[in-house]
Amino acid sequence: MPPLLTVTGVSKAFPGVQALAKVNLELAPGEILAVVGENGAGKSTLMKILAGVHQPDAGTIALDGRPVSIRGVKEAEHLGIVLIHQELNLAGHLDVAGNIYLGREPTWGGILGFIDRRRIHDDSARITRRLGLTTDTRALVRDLSIGQQQLVEIARALSLSSRVLILDEPTSSLTESETERLFAVLGELKDDGIGILYISHRLKEVEKIADRVVVLRDGRNAGELPRADICHQAIVNLMVGRELKQFFHRQRHEASSGEPGRATGQVDAPRVQVQGLRWSARQPGISFAIRAGEIVGMAGLMGSGRTELAETLFGVRRSIAGTIAIDGKPIRLGRPADAIRAGIFLIPEDRRIDGLILDDNVKHNISIAVLQDVSRFGFVHFRQEARLAQVMCDRFRVRTPGTTQIVGNLSGGNQQKVVLAKWLSRTPRLLILDEPTRGIDVGAKSEIYALMDELARQGAAVLMISSDLEEILGMSDRVLVMHQGAVAGELERAALSEEAIMHLATGGVRT
Amino acid sequence: MKKLLGIFLFMLALYGLILLALDPDSWADNRRNLGQRIGLEGILCLGAGLLIIAGGVDLSIGSVVGLCACVFCKLVLNEEYPLPIPVAAVLVMMLGALVGFVNGFLVTYFRVQAFVVTLCGLFLYRGAARWVMDDEVPFIVTHVKPITDFCRGSVLEIPIYLWFLLILFALASVFLHLTVHGRYFYAIGSNERAAAYSGINTNFYKILAYVLCSMFASIYALMHVVHYNSVEPPKTGETLELYAIAGAVLGGCSLRGGEGSTLGILIGTAIMRLLPNLTNMWEIPSTLEPTVVGGALLLCVIFDEQMRRGVGWRALFFRYARSPRASG
Repeated sequence: MPPLLTVTGVSKAFPGVQALAKVNLELAPGEILAVVGENGAGKSTLMKILAGVHQPDAGTIALDGRPVSIRGVKEAEHLGIVLIHQELNLAGHLDVAGNIYLGREPTWGGILGFIDRRRIHDDSARITRRLGLTTDTRALVRDLSIGQQQLVEIARALSLSSRVLILDEPTSSLTESETERLFAVLGELKDDGIGILYISHRLKEVEKIADRVVVLRDGRNAGELPRADICHQAIVNLMVGRELKQFFHRQRHEASSGEPGRATGQVDAPRVQVQGLRWSARQPGISFAIRAGEIVGMAGLMGSGRTELAETLFGVRRSIAGTIAIDGKPIRLGRPADAIRAGIFLIPEDRRIDGLILDDNVKHNISIAVLQDVSRFGFVHFRQEARLAQVMCDRFRVRTPGTTQIVGNLSGGNQQKVVLAKWLSRTPRLLILDEPTRGIDVGAKSEIYALMDELARQGAAVLMISSDLEEILGMSDRVLVMHQGAVAGELERAALSEEAIMHLATGGVRT
Repeated sequence: MKKLLGIFLFMLALYGLILLALDPDSWADNRRNLGQRIGLEGILCLGAGLLIIAGGVDLSIGSVVGLCACVFCKLVLNEEYPLPIPVAAVLVMMLGALVGFVNGFLVTYFRVQAFVVTLCGLFLYRGAARWVMDDEVPFIVTHVKPITDFCRGSVLEIPIYLWFLLILFALASVFLHLTVHGRYFYAIGSNERAAAYSGINTNFYKILAYVLCSMFASIYALMHVVHYNSVEPPKTGETLELYAIAGAVLGGCSLRGGEGSTLGILIGTAIMRLLPNLTNMWEIPSTLEPTVVGGALLLCVIFDEQMRRGVGWRALFFRYARSPRASG
């Protein structure tokens, strides 16, 4: 049987970058092939070529052994190749069914084109049920959670009855249970003979579902692992081309000194004391404390209120009750400027929306939050600003041609480093990181972990919100688990386990 | 900078064409006339541009001009307590600031879309203007005559109005390009959420942008009274908001916010004035003047959008001319 999809010697150059150089790939029917690589390795470009977004400069693509040329997205969909982008492409004001059938609505009335509403709702309902998306197909997409919206995207792809399904970081906004459901669905699709290209930075998922792993590095094939050889370390080695030791820097620290966070010796007085904090009437007061030098992980499912808590602490969300004290001094709530003055910095969940001005350059993004530090009498001191940006870029090893580069042109990992650089020219007292490593490559991840560790050792209190349990387990000295807007429990390092966290995160109901 | 160079050359070309079409004896007259008109309308474009850069838009500018002009006349011509002109001028500028504050407050605290708020303002302030003057044309000539005579003059061959605009331009440039506050305008215009997450008091700066825009409109209103010596409550300032926005957009301000520069706005204003001047020279019927302005604006915006995507004219033409995708 010929392979479903064959990619031979595909190259693609963009101005200034050779994104792909003679890449080969084969996908069998009913196979889940994971394509991994650091950001900038060329995965996205390859997928976009398959989906007809880009045209290759050289090389051939064959479907069922027959060469095809894919000149556009419609053509790719017609051939049965569908790409689900990491960033959602949904019309928020339309309902679920409307989105699933957007652009190919079944109609009646000939040229009048009345939409056959009954049919799209019935068909959509069948697909969403299969995905475990319980919401009504008449619900507006903008009212759904990000996780649910992702499922709508997947439902759209399924409704296209595609033969090759390309998923780009599909789980980055999904909860554990949604992820499980997705994997179950992928299993079913696989049994139907659909080939699946699966792109993810979450190697744990790759280990779990991939039949084979293809690793790209710098736009070239870096290697391939059959099912039997797939393991975290092997993938990472291929990705970075070297042995990456001490991935979670906290662990090394712990191993050498025994007790994490105690190196600084100032562990007694809490650096941060939160009392009865509430942002919604439907939610009880939240209280916790973080000591200086401590990294506290915050786990929980999507919608459990972790991001809301972070936003309330930082003051971009209004609180209705409660107090926050830094080093015993209460701070005024509800104003980011006051939080910043008190040393509370927030690395937001969505760097592209909340963290960065994508159209602006690296320099301006780094200086915007600390502009007072590089200005006199309200006038920006341009040379100081440029120097600050350069120093921070060097310190965080932001890979950019210069500080006047537009931030939107950088890779995800480098963008995240810019967000960190934006704050960390000042010394944080409480650093809140909301999903700090989402969608970034292992190299950058490792650097960000090292940085968190360094900041904690310098005496900062670190609150790390994450859906990545590996990360929570690897980095945290203590873990708070949120469930439905409340702290459901607290786990000391010794008591940490995925099971314990998930138990609390799901409301502590044993099944 | 490259973008500015493009419209700058366009402006020079227009002026060159005007000179070509014109008898050299009238060059000086025409130049003075143009300088005066640019000096006047540039005030509005600067105000609108500052606001657009901060991500806002103001459709009420024309009505604010009308209101401020009427209130100024009312204050000066008041039979019981006629106010001296400087006092009336300051009060009118404060009125402008107040109107801007109301616009900004509605946009920020009530979260009504700027377009809608200022569209309502367009009606509200026009009505207020007509009510203040009871739709009568005030007789203001004698009061402002000395100022008018002074302002119609020139210093170093440059009309006073243009000098005045250049001073405002310098102030606005310093504010927008050199200060922290200007940087925050850009940040809020580009990505308001990221600005808020950077600790910037976004509401304050947005209101400030509306206040500045309306204050510039009130300053224009004063100049208008001085220059034209007449105010028609139902008409004065009408559709000027559109010319102001058009000038700012021509000058490189994006209605998406966060883009543009004071120099660009200045050039945009000039082009907005040069175009009708040229149609005049070429004896294109004056009835077609708005069409020419609209067409030129459209072309500029299309060109700008293509440049932004790094496409350029050639690719633009070929993409649509021989796209293989056209069949699908």
